[in-house]
Amino acid sequence: MVRELEKYLRPGIGVTTYCPGCGEAILQGLILRAIDELKLNMDEMLFVSGIGCAAWIPSPYFYADTLHTLHGRTIAFATGAKMVNPKLKVMVISGDGDLADIGGNHLIHGARRNMDMTVICANNQNYGMTGGQVCATTPEGALTMTTHQGNPFRPFDLCRLVKAAGAVYVARYAVTQPMAMIRGIKKALQTKGFSFIEAITPCPVQFGRRNKLGKPADMLKDLMSRCISEEKAAALSAEELKGKIITGEL
Amino acid sequence: MGRQKLSSVLPPGSYYFSGDEAVAEGAMAARCGYCAGYPITPATETLERLSIRFGEMRAAFMQMEDEIASICSCIGASWAGAKAMTITSGPGFSLMQEAIGYAVFTETPLVLVDAQRSGPSTGQATRVGSGDIMQAKWGSHGDYMIIALSPWSVQELYDQTINAFNLAERFRVPVFVMAEEATAHLHERMEVGAEVELFNREKKPGAPPFGTKEEDGVPPMPAFGDGEKLLITGSTHDEWGVRKITHPEIHQGLINRLHKKILNHSQEIIQYDNYYLDDAEVAVICYGFTARSALFAVEQLREEGKKIGVLRLKTLWPFASELIQDIGSKVSKIVVPEMNMGQVAGEVKKYARCDVIPYGQVNGEIIHPHTIMEQLRRLV
Repeated sequence: MVRELEKYLRPGIGVTTYCPGCGEAILQGLILRAIDELKLNMDEMLFVSGIGCAAWIPSPYFYADTLHTLHGRTIAFATGAKMVNPKLKVMVISGDGDLADIGGNHLIHGARRNMDMTVICANNQNYGMTGGQVCATTPEGALTMTTHQGNPFRPFDLCRLVKAAGAVYVARYAVTQPMAMIRGIKKALQTKGFSFIEAITPCPVQFGRRNKLGKPADMLKDLMSRCISEEKAAALSAEELKGKIITGEL
Repeated sequence: MGRQKLSSVLPPGSYYFSGDEAVAEGAMAARCGYCAGYPITPATETLERLSIRFGEMRAAFMQMEDEIASICSCIGASWAGAKAMTITSGPGFSLMQEAIGYAVFTETPLVLVDAQRSGPSTGQATRVGSGDIMQAKWGSHGDYMIIALSPWSVQELYDQTINAFNLAERFRVPVFVMAEEATAHLHERMEVGAEVELFNREKKPGAPPFGTKEEDGVPPMPAFGDGEKLLITGSTHDEWGVRKITHPEIHQGLINRLHKKILNHSQEIIQYDNYYLDDAEVAVICYGFTARSALFAVEQLREEGKKIGVLRLKTLWPFASELIQDIGSKVSKIVVPEMNMGQVAGEVKKYARCDVIPYGQVNGEIIHPHTIMEQLRRLV
């Protein structure tokens, strides 16, 4: 992380919790860059996170009010804070397991109510912190610690889910698209109402290893090759679309 | 900050309210700034009244998607600076348990009104019970200390709701008002005074929000947006909120302080009433609605010359252990009538050296005074 962003980091917290090659550290930097470019006042921001790897992105690292909550309940905590103090700029940062599995109900209700907050979901396709188990975003057929024969179930399309529930701004980017991701986060922060960013991020240690996806750099290259825009996707057949990740504003 | 006297929200005078309505008015009087809940019998009427009254007061009211979201949003609201409350009954209380532990550990002031109904599970959803007393104490995992109050009338539902807010703010702890269906749905007269005495959480800019060297044991509490850059976590933490989960002495010290900040103030917290105990040979220890039946029964038996007294617990947790130890050394028998299978009787047994006779009734009906009279006649 470049020195000029250090002012956003809580002094005295030296060590990060990320595994080697984790994409969430990239996402952490991109969120701060978006905040920096918008010149937001960190004293007016509230970061709410749940339980899991991504919940560590704001807490304890961001030098602002941070609320590290229970597993799955981030949006409910954030709702109470926002209702009482509407001046707070509320950002929820958590993982796919936290927001879409255990917290799925709160996610769709937050979107339905159009609560004025930005939700960033770091989607690493599995439960990383507990050692790599299947979750609601794990691709069908993928190997995890609890699907040794391959995941028999379909994953959620989180963006479509949240859009259908009423979110006013929805976008998906991979951490391999840093400039687009920063633009997306900025737009989400400037949107009044419920905004949602699905950040696709590689998990080499827990997910990549079991699915033989190679080294962290290989996983990043693979992500780059699979991300396509909605327009390009429209021209492809269902067969050609297999394995592709549609990114952009949705 | 600290103690202050404010005028009542309702004009002073007599009112005819249900218990649920009295809870709502108590929250108004305490200047509750946020209420979230989910409809559940027999607590729903409080939510309905607050949804109207809060609109008039410009306080925030939310009907959330479930009870978990309700209490979690209250914790967020409390840290944003509001006095916060949620209202529920048994099934919702069960759902809230994990968040109660979080509120205890993050020292979040919070009022939770549990209008108890007959359980377990859906049970007799519209009938009375008092089966959540131990759940209030032990429902979340780990060791912790909370405050639980037991009102016996509509008047007390109003007064104790205000008291619950004061205790929550004073000690930074979740406080439970253990109402019962019988009092929640009871309509009776209650009085509103001209003023209410309120306690508001202490703020001290720059001071650590999760630790204090003061004997009192209650740290000051800033709010989001105060520029304190709060670090709040349900993990074991130091006085600044920094996660410290591998330090045995920090965890032990934190749990000790969270216990002591309540137990060291037991005298300030615990309230009770006693009747005819001076010359009593038998004592009835009771709480909540059952205390109405018990007092009526004892007054009848006193007319027959039977030496029976009554201790009515208005505070259930922390438990009035010293008081009960004292009574247990003066009487030969203690009878504990309650609408559960002996939850408080078991606690009384821990401290009273005399015979402790539980009388548990769990049929969804209140314990009739004649039932208690019959029990007592067998003993005296």
